[in-house]
Amino acid sequence: MTPNLHLWLIPLLPLVGAAINGIFGKKFSRQTVAGVALSFSGAAFLKVLAVAFSFSSLAIPHTETLATWIRAGSFQADFAFYLDQLSLVMLLVVTGVGLLIHVYSVGYMWEEGGFYRFFAYLNLFMFFMLTLVLASNYLLMFIGWEGVGLASYLLIGFWFTKDSAAAAGKKAFIVNRIGDFGFLIALFLLIKHFGSLNFEVVARSVSPLSPETGGAGLLTAIGLLLMVGAAGKSAQIPLYVWLPDAMEGPTPVSALIHAATMVTAGVYMVSRSHVIFERAPTALMVVAIVGTLTALFAATIGVTQTDIKKVLAYSTVSQLGYMFIACGVGAFSAAIFHLMTHAFFKGLLFLAAGSVIHAVGGEQDMRQMGGLRTKIPWTFWTMTVGTFAIAGIPPLAGFFSKDEILWRAYQASRVYWATGLFTALLTSFYMFRLWFLTFFAEYRGTAEAADGHSPPHGHADGHRGIHESPMVMVIPLVVLAVLSFTGGWIGVPGSLGGSNRFDKFLGAVFRSTTPALDPQQQAAGEVTSAEKETEAPEPQSGHATELVFSGISVLAALIGFGLAWLLYWRNPLWPQQIASSLGGLYQAVVHKYYIDELYATLLVKPLIAGSALILWHGIDRDVIDATLDNSAHGANEVSDAVRHMQSGNLRSYAGWVAAGAALVIAYMVWMGTR
Amino acid sequence: MVPISYYLILSGILFACGVTGFLIKRNIISIFMSIELMLNGVNLSFVAFAAQWHALSGQVFVFFVMVVAAAEAAVGLAIIISVYRTRETLNVDQVDLLKL
Amino acid sequence: MNMDRWSPVILSLVTFIPLAGALLLTLLPRRDRDIRVFALVVSLLTFVLSLHLPVHFHRAQAGFQYQIDTPWIPTPDIHYHLGVDGISMWLVVLTTFLTPLCVLISWKSIQQRVKEFFILLLVLETAMMGVFVTLDLFLFYFFWEATLIPMALLIGMYGHGRKVYAAVKFFMYTMIASVFMLAAILWLYAKIGTFDFVTIQNAIRAGQVANFAGAAQWLFLGFFIAFAVKVPLFPFHTWLPDAHVEAPTAGSVLLAGILLKMGTYGMLRFNLGLFPEQARANAWWVMILALIGIIYGALVALVQPNMKKLIAYSSVSHLGFVILGVFSFTPAGLDGATLVMLAHGISTGALFMLAGILYERRHSYEISEFGGLASSMPVYAAFFLFMVLASVGLPLLNGFVGEFLVLSGAFQARAVYGVLGATGVIWSAAYLLWLYQRVFFGKIMHPVNQTLSDLDVRERVALLPAAAAALVMGVAPLLWLNAIDPAVHTALAPFEQLASKVAGQ
Repeated sequence: MTPNLHLWLIPLLPLVGAAINGIFGKKFSRQTVAGVALSFSGAAFLKVLAVAFSFSSLAIPHTETLATWIRAGSFQADFAFYLDQLSLVMLLVVTGVGLLIHVYSVGYMWEEGGFYRFFAYLNLFMFFMLTLVLASNYLLMFIGWEGVGLASYLLIGFWFTKDSAAAAGKKAFIVNRIGDFGFLIALFLLIKHFGSLNFEVVARSVSPLSPETGGAGLLTAIGLLLMVGAAGKSAQIPLYVWLPDAMEGPTPVSALIHAATMVTAGVYMVSRSHVIFERAPTALMVVAIVGTLTALFAATIGVTQTDIKKVLAYSTVSQLGYMFIACGVGAFSAAIFHLMTHAFFKGLLFLAAGSVIHAVGGEQDMRQMGGLRTKIPWTFWTMTVGTFAIAGIPPLAGFFSKDEILWRAYQASRVYWATGLFTALLTSFYMFRLWFLTFFAEYRGTAEAADGHSPPHGHADGHRGIHESPMVMVIPLVVLAVLSFTGGWIGVPGSLGGSNRFDKFLGAVFRSTTPALDPQQQAAGEVTSAEKETEAPEPQSGHATELVFSGISVLAALIGFGLAWLLYWRNPLWPQQIASSLGGLYQAVVHKYYIDELYATLLVKPLIAGSALILWHGIDRDVIDATLDNSAHGANEVSDAVRHMQSGNLRSYAGWVAAGAALVIAYMVWMGTR
Repeated sequence: MVPISYYLILSGILFACGVTGFLIKRNIISIFMSIELMLNGVNLSFVAFAAQWHALSGQVFVFFVMVVAAAEAAVGLAIIISVYRTRETLNVDQVDLLKL
Repeated sequence: MNMDRWSPVILSLVTFIPLAGALLLTLLPRRDRDIRVFALVVSLLTFVLSLHLPVHFHRAQAGFQYQIDTPWIPTPDIHYHLGVDGISMWLVVLTTFLTPLCVLISWKSIQQRVKEFFILLLVLETAMMGVFVTLDLFLFYFFWEATLIPMALLIGMYGHGRKVYAAVKFFMYTMIASVFMLAAILWLYAKIGTFDFVTIQNAIRAGQVANFAGAAQWLFLGFFIAFAVKVPLFPFHTWLPDAHVEAPTAGSVLLAGILLKMGTYGMLRFNLGLFPEQARANAWWVMILALIGIIYGALVALVQPNMKKLIAYSSVSHLGFVILGVFSFTPAGLDGATLVMLAHGISTGALFMLAGILYERRHSYEISEFGGLASSMPVYAAFFLFMVLASVGLPLLNGFVGEFLVLSGAFQARAVYGVLGATGVIWSAAYLLWLYQRVFFGKIMHPVNQTLSDLDVRERVALLPAAAAALVMGVAPLLWLNAIDPAVHTALAPFEQLASKVAGQ
């Protein structure tokens, strides 16, 4: 007897909160608004905990159908929810980190206008994200998918009087839509060939197919198209361009949506579709390659950025790349592991960055910071934990998850591993660069900023000088710091003496339908195909090698730390000299390789110009309408010519009558003589 | 017996005179007289044929034509008087606006 | 009270009560306020009566319901034959739903010749509904042409700018195209001896029509050209932007909301219903034109400086989706096409109402005149955003379900159709969000926009039903699909037979 857990409550509670705050919030006090928002997202979190506690007594996977949504011909899609280990992990991350960020936002946004609007949007986001995670079919997931895009649009453009914020929101939505286009085609393929979008039905239909039996072409196409969608939502090449611009939104938004949850939806979706990907090795390879390239690419840009949020944004893109590398080599549970730890430390880093920005009265340029270590201690220490975690220093969370990815990547291809390792070095470097620039040396900001009067980046503040954030903002930082420290301990691999409980937990999801695998083929130095990996536990003999590789990763992290220490603590004049000596190369990197400009020139401007000149003026006005107007003119001309017959002159009429009569008589005579 | 062709030629000449007058004349009353001339030309040929074929229907038709001609003359002259009153002219070329 | 008693006459009532109201209006004295109230009462009454249709509809039963069939004129044999199936029923309800909203939205903007305006509106309502309920070809043509006159007068008398040019263009273009349909109808009458749709359909299916095979393609084209101009299908669409821009708000709402659907409905009912083989044979170029319409309409909308013209071109794009679905000959495609028809009527109708609200305040539709309006008119901005999202096809709002099904059906017909059509989701987001940003976001550029008044009660009452409908249709489309799906299956039956015939050869 499957118990009814009323899973539908989990997404719907935040929706109710959003509705209440959205419709009535204008009249509420700030306390009431905050209370409503926190209660409903808190209630969702409690519900998830309750489900987690009863998890072991359930038959997994556990589905609950609420109602039928669409039925057209033979196609049907339901409002139905699907609970298994993967969705439980995602639920815990989304509601847990989400609740913490809600609490933080109360403090961060307290002085802002539109307080009720912010929390309505935030709760609305939770509704859509939870729908995405709990959905039992691709169509319901797509509701959540597009819905989080909407919430993102609303929240990036929260300070809508600012043109750059409004433009950034629009850019995010449109670029996401390009990804959604790919996602939709994949869904159509699924409907056409399998008749349903339900995960279980698709998995059942796909299982018997394998690369040898000819299903490869279809599954590869579906996988590649799904990846297009994931690339849009999770900011991978070539659709990552919206994420750095999204930093226009308030910092809690960047933390929640653009670090911890929404951008991970692509990773979740690819993992959910592992049945398809495992049978489409080409698609998997593309996933891995895209992840690798994005990770490296974004990390190089992060090295040069001076805005503290932009560094974190590019870091997010890079870390998401890691998750896709993991997916691409078939290590789906490793990807989810990193997703979870990343939610902790990146969420922490963003929130702490928000705390820093709050402290210096709205300044976001790190060159104007410095020496904050003693002035905002709570922020400093929590951010330190986050920085160490992302750099991959043991025993913090980032080490375990990143290490597992690198190890699995190595087993698939040395190129993936090498690139990932170098990226880890860069990650450590730019994160400690951020750390040193923000907290060490002397404060470089202007006197006004120190008094809290610097021009706000949409962030109004009092006149109190550099000050620590209130407790309501600090407590979530502390909680996230604890999680960043300990979060990796559930995934300690066998080589270090642990039992990797996380991997085992998720293994039930990913192990069930893995087909027999090809042995690896590795051409020298080249990326090859068939990068599938089994989730079977590591043999004892691999442990020593794994330890060596872990050591190499830690070494890379330490080298990064060392370089940052060298350039930003010991010799602070060197970075400028290096930058000038690199000249054009540095300029290209700091301008993000001019990709945005490239897109604008190659795609956006020609599209608009072409539509205006060729389609509108050229075809619509000058061809189609011209034809119509000319034919009307022609009718007018003919009328004008014929008009002269109606002269009003009696004798001309008489003349015509006579002529006509003569013609008729002539005709009759002629007929008569025939 | 006068050959019928004489009557028909005379009828034709009368008709042609009527048509020519109708087309050339500018005075509306002259045009009306031309119309009467045309009608009488036709009457003549009707009578000629009736005499030849010994068919009474031809002469009956002449009566019809004469009655219609009389009615038409009455109405037409009334119109002419109305036009003359407003336009002060009997010159048909100057009444070309189709409105009174 | 057993409401089913009304079923035999409900269609006559619903169709002609507006006309009766219009006739009564001619007798009322010229007190503007009374006239408006009367018009509102009549249109609301019609709406309430029309609700009888979905409530008492027998979902499982295929074929036409609520039929009324009485012989009217003996020679030629014209019957007063009315009836609806799942598809036309919802189009009727859409008509009665939008008309009271139009009355409300025109409350203040029409100040001259108010009586004539509402008479024209009510006569138009009757004519529009007549198109959807009639099953007699003569009556169909009659109602079809009858919609032209009130609409042309509405545009020409109460519009602005080049209103006379727009009205004449609309009238002439549509009427000339309809003449071909008249020719086809007369041919059918000559060969079959009746104007009754069901009889004609059965005769064609049974192969009893002499010379049919040779004439079928021309008959198909005759009907098609009339509907193609109405839809409007590229390249016959250029009357639409002019008509919409210069029309008064209520005219635009009804034009976009209902009149365009008459074209797509006609294609579904007549082109597919009477000439399935020709439909299948001609589908390839129809689909291409539909795809061009989707993409071209969206791209031209992108660069319009006039808000109403932008929405007009977006209609071209959306209706392209409908044609794509109809000519895919799949259940998903036709279900989706019907849903898009209904959804577009509501969301684009609402967008026109919103544009009209702005025009009342600033007497301009030029986008450059605005900017930053979200600061001075937040409630208006919220409604506008809601309808933009519905138009863009956000899931859980009404646009998505239909669009998704249409694209799925088109994809099943031929993959490239689905792929090209799906690019529409990118373009629609582009032009709609860019419009929204230019009008509502950023700082207020023109000081006069700072003091604009937000929506008053009347305007909110006019917009709220549309917004609510958009949400309900998106969340619970089954309420509509329950009736539409069986009708679609009936409509597609000859295509399945065709497919098996082709396969069996």
